Amino acid sequence: MDPTEIGKRSKAEERRMLWLRIKQSKECYLMMAPFMLIFLVFTIVPVVMSLPMGFTDFDMVQIPRFVGLSNYTTLFLNDTIFVQSIRVTLVFAIFTGPLSYVLCFLLAWLINELHPRLKTIFTLIFYAPSMANVYIAWQLIFSGDTYGYLNSLLMNLGLITSPIQWLTDGRYLLGAVIVVQLWISLGAGFLALRAGFQNIDRSMYEAGAIEGIKNRWQELIYITIPSMGPQLMFAAVMQIVGSFTAGTVAQTLVGFPSTDYKAHTIMTHAYDYGWVRYEMGYASAICMILFVVMLLCNKLISKVLGKFMD
Amino acid sequence: MARTIETAKGSNKAVGSRLAGNIVIFLFLLILGLFMLFPIYLTLIMSVKPVHELFIFPPKLYVIDPTLDNFRDMFETLSEMWVPFSRYVFNSVFVTVCVTVAQCVFASMAAFVLAKCKVPGGTVLNKVIVTSLLYQSNVIYIMQYIVMARLHMINTYWALILPSVASPMCLFLMRQSMSTVPDAMIEAAKVDGASMFTICWKIVMPNQKPALMTMIIFAFQAAWNIQGGTLVYNEALKTLPTVITQAGSAGLARLGVASAGAVFMLVPPIVIFMIAQKNVIETMAHSGIKD
Repeated sequence: MDPTEIGKRSKAEERRMLWLRIKQSKECYLMMAPFMLIFLVFTIVPVVMSLPMGFTDFDMVQIPRFVGLSNYTTLFLNDTIFVQSIRVTLVFAIFTGPLSYVLCFLLAWLINELHPRLKTIFTLIFYAPSMANVYIAWQLIFSGDTYGYLNSLLMNLGLITSPIQWLTDGRYLLGAVIVVQLWISLGAGFLALRAGFQNIDRSMYEAGAIEGIKNRWQELIYITIPSMGPQLMFAAVMQIVGSFTAGTVAQTLVGFPSTDYKAHTIMTHAYDYGWVRYEMGYASAICMILFVVMLLCNKLISKVLGKFMD
Repeated sequence: MARTIETAKGSNKAVGSRLAGNIVIFLFLLILGLFMLFPIYLTLIMSVKPVHELFIFPPKLYVIDPTLDNFRDMFETLSEMWVPFSRYVFNSVFVTVCVTVAQCVFASMAAFVLAKCKVPGGTVLNKVIVTSLLYQSNVIYIMQYIVMARLHMINTYWALILPSVASPMCLFLMRQSMSTVPDAMIEAAKVDGASMFTICWKIVMPNQKPALMTMIIFAFQAAWNIQGGTLVYNEALKTLPTVITQAGSAGLARLGVASAGAVFMLVPPIVIFMIAQKNVIETMAHSGIKD
């Protein structure tokens, strides 16, 4: 026997050890089973399934028919509305994603500087919109006639002379949708950052003061941000999800389809083909593209944040 | 000696500028907060506005003659639908309770295993959960529909309940919170002969009240707003959000009713959030994603 082999386990032995460990943790697997089963059926299968589904023609009634890459070629070469929806999604995501992230961070930080009772009140105020489905109020604010609150305000100030059709004019409607999306975007990410600030050890600031840190800005940059990496990452994931998959806001606010497809995001496009036309294969291809874009975005952000933290 | 006085003075000045800064922050947040609250406030006053006040120009920010007619109208419209109003309330409450309870029980057990038992495959599962944080919500809605159609769940309570039960976010938050439990505590219980199931529920969970409250809040919010528009078409299975949207979606004249519906839907989540806020913040402190 080769002396270097002594003390090492053979492959077969290792496999047997693994099998033993799996058998020993039977109870653990059983405890995970209910969650993992439902998770598998309703999250993993749908995500994984959209890959093969994207290569088929499927209308929910007949058996899916394999059509190769044709869904994808149609999407990029012939579907001008899809190409426009990519542009709309990117504009939308660029405005709402980073902006709402910064907003979450800024508000969480500022709230944390206040008295505990005020903290509670302000957290509720800023989180409340994400719980509220009050699109009616926004329809009133952006209403196109003189009864609209925004029009009425601007006319009183003399900034405009005739009412603007905020929700039907192609020049303004995406802006209006972005504003509303920003309004509801202070959700779980905001709470995570709020908690992150709350939990920083106070003694670190005292130590910092001795080291020569003078004001809030320096505290923020040298102490707070470096110790909040994980929360920043969680909030980033939440904001990506929010800004890429927002569809309901636009649909309720500016109708479906919106004027000249100006607020038509990839999500809306998938909705159109999935629910309105029942072309599930095509809709799957659209979703697949969205999945990939989100995953890439996630990887990019974790790289950037990773560099930032260490 | 002189130096001490000087530093004391310096820190006094710092305290003073901090106070001034706090006042500026407070005013800034107050103004921004008023902006945030404005649409909710608008919904509130619209819900108590009588019809003849809807068309006053310029639009008013207050109500001259508040009334509860809109709420009465809402309940009346809803009870004139195919099934009694109480049925919708029952559906919503039933779905919400099922989702919340099932999620808390299942996710807690799974989180316990992922956080504290080093089982083969656990690392992979952890990675899958973190990645799937990206893929919750409406992106997978269409695919979920196909799966449920295959399983013959469309138009049953299952279609409303099951998709919301296994939320990766709730599992993730619970796991992060549980990973702060010292291993020694679990080892000690193991030595005493306790099974993993007992350890999870008798030893770990009693200390996880904040995380549990957080999970309840997120589950409640998600479940309470389940629309289920395409998942169930039987009137007797529809939930409150669906029918309230229906009741309020008949033009400007129904504006008051629609607002009343929105207020009605908004109150429970806000009340629950107010009760549990402290716990939520405590849990979210562990929410971070580490590589």
